[in-house]
Amino acid sequence: MSSIVLPSGKVDGFKADHKYSTPTRRPIEPVGRYFLAHASRTLRGHTWSEFEKLEAEKNVKQIEKNEDDDLGDEEQSEELLEHDPREWKTANLYAVLGLSHLRWKANEDQIRRAHRKQVLKHHPDKKSASGGLEHDSFFKIIQKAFEIMLDPIKRKQYDSIDTINDPKPPTKSKDYDFFEVWTPIFESESRFSNKQPVPKLGDINSTKDEVDQFYTFWSKFDSWKTFEFKDEDVPDDTANRDHKRYIERKNISNRKKLKQEDNKRVIDLVERAHNEDPRIKLFKEQAKKEKAAKKWDREAGSRKAAEEIAAKKAAEEEAAKKAAEEAAASKANSKKAKEAAKAAKKKNKRNIRNAVKDNGYFGDESKATTIDADVDLLIEKFDDIRLGEVANKVKDQDASSVKQILQDVAKELASAGSIDVSHLKYFN
Amino acid sequence: MSVIGITFGNTSSSIAVASGDSKVDVIANPDGDRAIPSALSYINSDEYHGNQALSRIIRNPESTVVNFRDFIGKKFSEINDKFSYGAKPQDDNDSIIYQINGEKISVSDLAAKHFKQLKLAAEDYIGKEVEGAVLTVPTNFTEHQREEIIKIAEKAGLKILQLINEPSAALLANLSEDNKLDQDKIYVVGDFGGIRSDGAIISVRGGVMTILSTLHEYGLGGDLLDDSLSEFFAKEFEKKYQVNPRKNNRSLAKLKAESIVVKKTLSNVQTSTCSIESLAEGFDFHTSINRLRYELTARQPLSKMTEFIEKLIEKAGLEPLDIDEVLLVGGSSNTPKLASNISYLFPESTKIVSPSLDSQALDPSELIARGAALQASLIQSFDESEIKESLQPIVVNTQHLNKPIGIKDSEGKFQPILVAETAYPIKKSIEVTNGESSSVVVELYEGKRTIKETVVERQPESEEEEEDDDSDESDEEPEIKKEVVYEVGTKLAELGLNDLKPNAKLEVVVNITQNGVLHLTGRELKQGGQVVKGEITSN
Ligand SMILES: Nc1ncnc2c1ncn2[C@@H]1O[C@H](COP(=O)(O)OP(=O)(O)OP(=O)(O)O)[C@@H](O)[C@H]1O
Ligand SMILES: [Mg+2]
Repeated sequence: MSSIVLPSGKVDGFKADHKYSTPTRRPIEPVGRYFLAHASRTLRGHTWSEFEKLEAEKNVKQIEKNEDDDLGDEEQSEELLEHDPREWKTANLYAVLGLSHLRWKANEDQIRRAHRKQVLKHHPDKKSASGGLEHDSFFKIIQKAFEIMLDPIKRKQYDSIDTINDPKPPTKSKDYDFFEVWTPIFESESRFSNKQPVPKLGDINSTKDEVDQFYTFWSKFDSWKTFEFKDEDVPDDTANRDHKRYIERKNISNRKKLKQEDNKRVIDLVERAHNEDPRIKLFKEQAKKEKAAKKWDREAGSRKAAEEIAAKKAAEEEAAKKAAEEAAASKANSKKAKEAAKAAKKKNKRNIRNAVKDNGYFGDESKATTIDADVDLLIEKFDDIRLGEVANKVKDQDASSVKQILQDVAKELASAGSIDVSHLKYFN
Repeated sequence: MSVIGITFGNTSSSIAVASGDSKVDVIANPDGDRAIPSALSYINSDEYHGNQALSRIIRNPESTVVNFRDFIGKKFSEINDKFSYGAKPQDDNDSIIYQINGEKISVSDLAAKHFKQLKLAAEDYIGKEVEGAVLTVPTNFTEHQREEIIKIAEKAGLKILQLINEPSAALLANLSEDNKLDQDKIYVVGDFGGIRSDGAIISVRGGVMTILSTLHEYGLGGDLLDDSLSEFFAKEFEKKYQVNPRKNNRSLAKLKAESIVVKKTLSNVQTSTCSIESLAEGFDFHTSINRLRYELTARQPLSKMTEFIEKLIEKAGLEPLDIDEVLLVGGSSNTPKLASNISYLFPESTKIVSPSLDSQALDPSELIARGAALQASLIQSFDESEIKESLQPIVVNTQHLNKPIGIKDSEGKFQPILVAETAYPIKKSIEVTNGESSSVVVELYEGKRTIKETVVERQPESEEEEEDDDSDESDEEPEIKKEVVYEVGTKLAELGLNDLKPNAKLEVVVNITQNGVLHLTGRELKQGGQVVKGEITSN
């Protein structure tokens, strides 16, 4: 250690240059003998003022980051801080405790911790110490709020009327997203239900059963809201009994009135949601469609018979038409064929005659007339088939062949008895 | 009067007693266990505790309760029953109960019965009645949970002298062992238990501990290591017998029980056998596994635990360089691979305290109970009001320096007197000299954190090897060693000491009082020597 050598220089006395960095207040671990020494050093001969104690609780660097760590840290508005403590009932008691983000959801533990923070922040000792006004009016409201919140009955009474910040339905006829708007409304109203759990609004895909259950539940909504918090203070003096009783009675009837109004409010709310629920419309349309489909089904029998008759009729008509067309076509065809056959006959006859003529009547030109007469006779006796055959045979043949063919045919016909040989002058 | 220390974990609990000379005994219960399973089992109106209860989870899961510590002071809607292997917690108007043999039993009742058993075991060992105990809780136990657990213990006849944080207890035990409390260091306490991991960064300044940052991971712990082993064995069994042992709860419970045994064995030796009678469908299962295979099998949870430490340091806004020592705590810290993985996160200058790396290290499973016992013996002579007084916010919530404060030496270097995170009131002095100068200046500065990098010349491992793979050579970057060095920052004050003889003995004293006033004194250490003083305040 003694090896550290100080820099040389000439300075007289002490000179301060700078403050040292802001320290961090942290809890030390209360373990070990050095801690015990620290504790006795800190405590020895000291009495700590309330303020110093509060200071030590404040701004301590918290290591464990609890989701609730900043509980109660929210700032109260000037207006709230100035609130008349005699009128504490009209103050937002959750905001007083710094719990307006939790309200009815705050549990006892959270309430205690938030209260502790408010005490640290607003303790009258602290205010006077920091030069603030010596007034404890807000502190009184804090204590009142704490008292209400820790008493289950009183808290219920307060929660019943702490609805200013509840989500509200939109103004009518405005375009809005049904689920976005109504889900938080129903969720928030659910807390007042005697029956728990309360069915949730659901979404566009909810089934009809779910939606029905939801509206059935809400149409019979049974709330625990109670309105004592709106009571007029009952005077303490026993002197004026009548007045006291009057106020009491007035309070009771007022509670009843408020309760009725609130029930009515819920009924209206549910009715409106029901009216504007896109699923209800959807289900209606669906029902309509289903009805139509059912009707369609119901009439299926007769519709089928009619359809069958119509189909049969159409088929018959079709068949008839087809038949007629076919008949017409075949008629046209036979006429054409006949004409063709006639033309072919003519052609064949001419070919045969020409074969004779072109071959110079087989050298017997002198007998041309006789031959022509015989050929005509033969041709007349030929049926269509033979005519064709002969015409084909004689085609491009020489004279003797043609003569022979015709002689053969003549013989054939004669032997068949279809021609009288005597009638033939040449081919006999 | 006998007082004890108790740690109550979800998985296991330990009790310890410190004798006057700071020797600590961790007490074994009548079963011979020092890590006593936090388990209770109720069979035919008999209560079983510890390992006797735990072993019944195979046959009587519905009447055996494990892993319930974290449920204390919680509502049913706030808990996760993933690790309730035996009886399942149930919702009873949002409070948590168990249905055991047709009867409702609350978490508080169970915890009270557990405390009673621990108390009995301690008394059995000490031979005297236990009059008080220091009990440890995780740092993230809420105020409400702390109040609850005290009530429960007192219902069980255990007077709780003080509730202390688990990591602080562990560190206290470790530092008391060889009187290292007065070294100003920053510690990481990594507590790896059964179903959760907890980390804390603790500064020790003048023997006083301050938790700078914490991290918790529910679900990360030894159970995951057991599961990896179970799955490994299940696969092997399935391959051998074509029977899936994961299909019924009893087979699963058997697998788990044996995996725990194997896991613990592998912390000590290189191989372990595994034998399970009638694991499934009447087949017995016998196999063995070596440490390497286990470490591969459990690689994922093991690396998550390492990452956990990384995250802890990151969350604190620190670097591994800032950590002087890492204390590994909790049963799972016995795992050698975990310790070596964690050691790779830190520079060589950071010491890792774990039995596998340091044979002097205390059993990590016992550290917390030891610390609690030490604290119990420290405060046993105080009466209740004195303890309460010492725990007031005014005592506990103290201001801590944000930056180190020290002086500049003749070479311009910063010489710390008070390190950062020192809690005040504090008084510390150092001895210096003037060397040859007759007039010197005490210049008080705040230190500025810088990181000094030095290139370390790589020693080629051996000539031949270098020739063998010259491909590697080109990849090798010069190793850079980093260290945190404080340089002089903002000047706070100065004072002069004049007309000195050469090499005079001088002293610089820094004293910060409760109200934050810093008194600086420079003096000559000789009869009637000069004294120069002054003071500054904080921002
Ligand atoms: N020698 C060992 N080697 C490896 N793991 C071990 C060893 N001894 C105990 N364990 C494991 O340590 C875990 C229990 O650790 P510890 O007792 O610290 O937990 P705990 O604090 O009670 O539990 P939790 O973290 O769940 O609250 C178990 O998973 C256990 O199997
Ligand atoms: Mg633990």
